[in-house]
Amino acid sequence: MDRKVKLEIRNISKIFGKNPLKVISLLDKGYSKDEIFEETKQTIGLNNVSFEVYEGETFVIMGLSGSGKSTLLRCINRLIDPTTGSILIDGQDIASMDAEALRKIRRSKLGMVFQNFALLPHRTVLDNVAYGLEIQGVKKEERYAKAGIAIETVGLKGHQQSKITQLSGGMKQRVGLARALANDPDILLMDEAFSALDPLIRSEMQDELLSLEDAMQKTIIFVSHDLDEALKLGDRIALMKDGEVVQIGTPEEILTNPADSYVSKFVAGVDRSKVLTAEAVMWRPEPLVSINSGPRVAVQLMKEHGISSIFVVEGKNRLLKGILMIDDAVDALKSKKSFESLIRDVPSVPPEMPLNEIIPLIAGSEYPLPVVNESGKLKGIIVRGTVLGALAMSEDTGDTSDLETEATGAEVKNTAEIESPERISGENTVESGNAPESPVSGEADGELKGKAPPEIKVNRDLENKDLENKDLENKETGSVDKELEVNAC
Amino acid sequence: MLIPRIPIGDSVEYAVDWIDDYFGVVLDLISDQLDFLISALKDALLFLPPELFILGLSIFAYFAGKRNVKLAVGTAVGFLLIQNMGLWVLSMETLALVLSSAMLALVIGIPVGILSAKNDFLNHAIRPVLDLMQTMPSFVYLIPALIFFGLGNVPGMIATVVFSMPPTIRLTNLGIQQVPKELVEVAEAFGSTGWQKLVKVELPVALPTIMAGVNQCIMLALSMVVIAAMIGARGLGYQVLFGIQRVDIGLGFEAGLGIVIIAVVLDRITQHLSPR
Repeated sequence: MDRKVKLEIRNISKIFGKNPLKVISLLDKGYSKDEIFEETKQTIGLNNVSFEVYEGETFVIMGLSGSGKSTLLRCINRLIDPTTGSILIDGQDIASMDAEALRKIRRSKLGMVFQNFALLPHRTVLDNVAYGLEIQGVKKEERYAKAGIAIETVGLKGHQQSKITQLSGGMKQRVGLARALANDPDILLMDEAFSALDPLIRSEMQDELLSLEDAMQKTIIFVSHDLDEALKLGDRIALMKDGEVVQIGTPEEILTNPADSYVSKFVAGVDRSKVLTAEAVMWRPEPLVSINSGPRVAVQLMKEHGISSIFVVEGKNRLLKGILMIDDAVDALKSKKSFESLIRDVPSVPPEMPLNEIIPLIAGSEYPLPVVNESGKLKGIIVRGTVLGALAMSEDTGDTSDLETEATGAEVKNTAEIESPERISGENTVESGNAPESPVSGEADGELKGKAPPEIKVNRDLENKDLENKDLENKETGSVDKELEVNAC
Repeated sequence: MLIPRIPIGDSVEYAVDWIDDYFGVVLDLISDQLDFLISALKDALLFLPPELFILGLSIFAYFAGKRNVKLAVGTAVGFLLIQNMGLWVLSMETLALVLSSAMLALVIGIPVGILSAKNDFLNHAIRPVLDLMQTMPSFVYLIPALIFFGLGNVPGMIATVVFSMPPTIRLTNLGIQQVPKELVEVAEAFGSTGWQKLVKVELPVALPTIMAGVNQCIMLALSMVVIAAMIGARGLGYQVLFGIQRVDIGLGFEAGLGIVIIAVVLDRITQHLSPR
């Protein structure tokens, strides 16, 4: 990672009890949580937690109640003092600070939003938002001006003089957010900030937090027990259990590559189509044909791979030029048309597009969908089989629904096997390649089949390990080889 | 019985004598100060002619009760009745005694309540003392009060303070401890000092409970006026006592009614002073 580390948590432990150091020594000796409780009647809130948060990142700490996530958050601003370990904000250790220095950090760098809003009932909206500035001794006009801006930011303009009791839940949490923003802190600590809101308002607030984050680039540490929320908001997620971090990773990593059965159980039942992106499900774009080579090379490649269309790229950077259909290429060989004129434009998608937006596109497309980054480089391709395959990956049970199995026509293996796009193609497509006509059937028909003609199915279908191996053997030293740009993703 | 009788009574008597011997000067000084406070307050109350005083009090009640006409009218009628019964001066003496006792009780009680809410040890230490203050029959500590401060208003005031302070301490303590944890965390998370946390968060949030304590304090102080009269406190209490001694039912009843009127008016006004 080349980004700047904003917050670093190093080996934080928190013991609740009268003799915490004894527990720490027992932990070091390798006793289990239960044994320690048996012996000392002390509970372990956090056990040796370490992670880093980068500047501008939204880091979600997730876990069930009692997993220690709120305790961890409160250690960051020392509402709870950790028993051991250090907490570095911009390299300064919070854990060892005296009260005065800590107060300074709290005032300048840390803002906090609470689960039950925690607004001061005797104050107006404006005075609540201005609280942080007020205790720093900021003059009235200045703090009201700043608080007013924060109130506008969260969309509560006109409610400055309202009493807290007059506000709805969503509005209250907006005030809570404005109060945290008014100090202009570097780091926002959000403790289950949206959990007390009803689902519609919650989702609305999540969207607003995302757009705020885009605008302000604050570092946000968000505690949540709601996986959907974590996946939606988090750049990275730390999953906690019994005071320990079980896994840290991007939403995709957590979903596609759960560290253990606890994580996979946790992520079961998530709507994957919202989380998985084009990048996660795409295949390696091969074979490709260079724009500099002729139709003959293209036809040869398509024949070798048993596909009916091929993507045309330019140069080392694999700039996508378009797609070439085998019929057009064969015609061209007879009629001597120019190669360029045969290339058709294709719609493409960016790597970060979620699957649920890709599905309608691919359903209506005759060709595989190319994944192209901002600079126009072809990163990978997506065919229907991959989309369905990715959606079908359901944790450890292999319990895929009829829809998914039928649709891919392939035995879906467990999640470990979708680590890399190549493996999907290797494992998944053998059978579907042989499937006659439309591989899409059953309930998925209406949505996924669309107006696609039958030929598409063969596009990439025959790619599997055997064929790849054969390819390598068959590769000749001729011109085909030179012009072929087969690059690893 | 093998265990000899434990000389509790003798010890207390000895302690009281000892304090009186060695701290007599200090006690006299305190006595003078308190006597001055009561007299000054009484003079202030009697400074205005009754009609003007009643008008002012009614207007105060009106605004204190958030434009409460009923409360204003009730206050006016009650106090006019007191004047009509010819008990005005005695009532003001009682009011002065009650208000100064309550003030002293609050000045001591509220800080003690706050401290005990913050300090577990003090909280545990103070609890049996409060129990003792509330349950010990008040006649019992009239005697040491009498020894320490002599006859008059001051021992009455001390006895009243002892009796009326516990609810103030208890309710202040309760109010502070009941401030939601998240609000305390807000104060800390935003970098408040301990004083800012107390003044800007805890006290305002606890205010309704603390005001209930203030109300209780004043009510209990009023309930002590007759007992305080037994050691020389002046006012309506003394009049009631006088009525009892002379078996003058009318006199006793009128003075008693005066106490009730003052009690009801003070109760309603302090209740409305509390927010929400």
